[in-house]
Amino acid sequence: MAQIEYQGRRIALAPGETVLDGLLGAGIAAPHSCRAGHCRTCIARAVDAPPPDGSQTGLKDAWRELGLFLTCCAIPTHDMCVAAIDDLGLEIAATVIDVTRIAHDVMRVRLTTDAPFEHRGGQFVALVRHDGLSRSYSTANVPSRDAFVELHVREVANGAMSGWIARQLQAGERVRLRGPDGECFYLPGRPEQNLLLVGTGTGIAPLYSILQEALRHGHRGRILLLQGAVEERGLYLVEELEALAREHPTIEYVRCLLRGEARPGIEVGSIDAILRTRAPSLVGWRAFLCGHPELVFDLRRKAFLAGISLKDVHADAFVMKSPPVAAPESAGRS
Amino acid sequence: MSSLYERLGGEPAVSTAVEIFYRKMLTDDRVARFFDDVDMDGQIAKQKGFLTMVLGGPNHYTGKDMRAGHAPLVARGLNDSHVDVVIEHLGSTLIELGATPAQVAEVAALANSVRDDVLNRPSAPARA
Repeated sequence: MAQIEYQGRRIALAPGETVLDGLLGAGIAAPHSCRAGHCRTCIARAVDAPPPDGSQTGLKDAWRELGLFLTCCAIPTHDMCVAAIDDLGLEIAATVIDVTRIAHDVMRVRLTTDAPFEHRGGQFVALVRHDGLSRSYSTANVPSRDAFVELHVREVANGAMSGWIARQLQAGERVRLRGPDGECFYLPGRPEQNLLLVGTGTGIAPLYSILQEALRHGHRGRILLLQGAVEERGLYLVEELEALAREHPTIEYVRCLLRGEARPGIEVGSIDAILRTRAPSLVGWRAFLCGHPELVFDLRRKAFLAGISLKDVHADAFVMKSPPVAAPESAGRS
Repeated sequence: MSSLYERLGGEPAVSTAVEIFYRKMLTDDRVARFFDDVDMDGQIAKQKGFLTMVLGGPNHYTGKDMRAGHAPLVARGLNDSHVDVVIEHLGSTLIELGATPAQVAEVAALANSVRDDVLNRPSAPARA
């Protein structure tokens, strides 16, 4: 008879009983609705073992990779540990390697963690200061290559965390990382598939990681990388991305500006108009959309209408943290 | 006789169908405003549940679920004309996937059977 562990409790399941029924039977108010594997309300994460057969049917590949499964369809044959999806991983202590200004408003923070920090390139983590203040940032490093974690932090006016990072954080400082979280990462497989990468602001950070992971895994399909900004001053990481594009002819790197002059590599206009010209149909593509929420949501909808399957769209909207008092502060990933 | 859900190919077929169906809904001005939520993954999951139900696939939806799920939309003006649009796009989606007109009629009848629940009104005698 299988047992499940959930938030420190051990629950024995009757033969043939689902994880959801086990949780409900134990008096846990586990979220659920359709109980037939469609609505995904009951989704949870398998922590230490693959989820039971049939409990991941219809889920995005990235979700399956993260061990997410539908508790209403999960009949475990072995003991398993189950976590609610909003349970972020443990906090892990880290030391700052360096803090470098890489654009007029972007700081690069590199950290080394006390223990291996398992994450996928492009996922986001919460950076936690000694006093508990925390903000989420996307990873820009390439985990299959780098021994460090790299975060790009946009300096926000009156930002408690970003201001501290820009002005006070120094090499050697101890902080903590919590996570990782998010579905924006490259999953090896389908190397011929065309990739669409769209980012604004520090949304380019996770894409930089995803792009390099894709290349390291021998991705052969076309890679359309659109970096958006209001004007040229808002772009960063341009030299690094241009270097990658020179080295790999499958990469089509276009900077999209709302204001400015077009020249080779730079187009002026809305990102979705530029996308329509470059890739009128997105049938069969895989997309990663990171940055400004309105843009991300709008592009996801347009990409879907242009034929992409929603299962192949990985979106990471950098939602602003609502201002606590008068001081606006970004969630960091803005 | 097996359900239309099984005859059309089960879960993978419904996954394909729901995207075709959802694109039709999003691009139809008569109903698009009911789909302006940013949670597209959530919306498509709900529609997949709906398609599975009207195709006779595995589901546990009850009339009560249907009422609760659609009450906010009814408050925003959902009425019979919108249900008609849903059934229209459901039919053309299934035709694209190779269903016969008789099968479409079967599905439309199932969809119509939950009309009163969806619109949150007392159950009426079966509609013609």
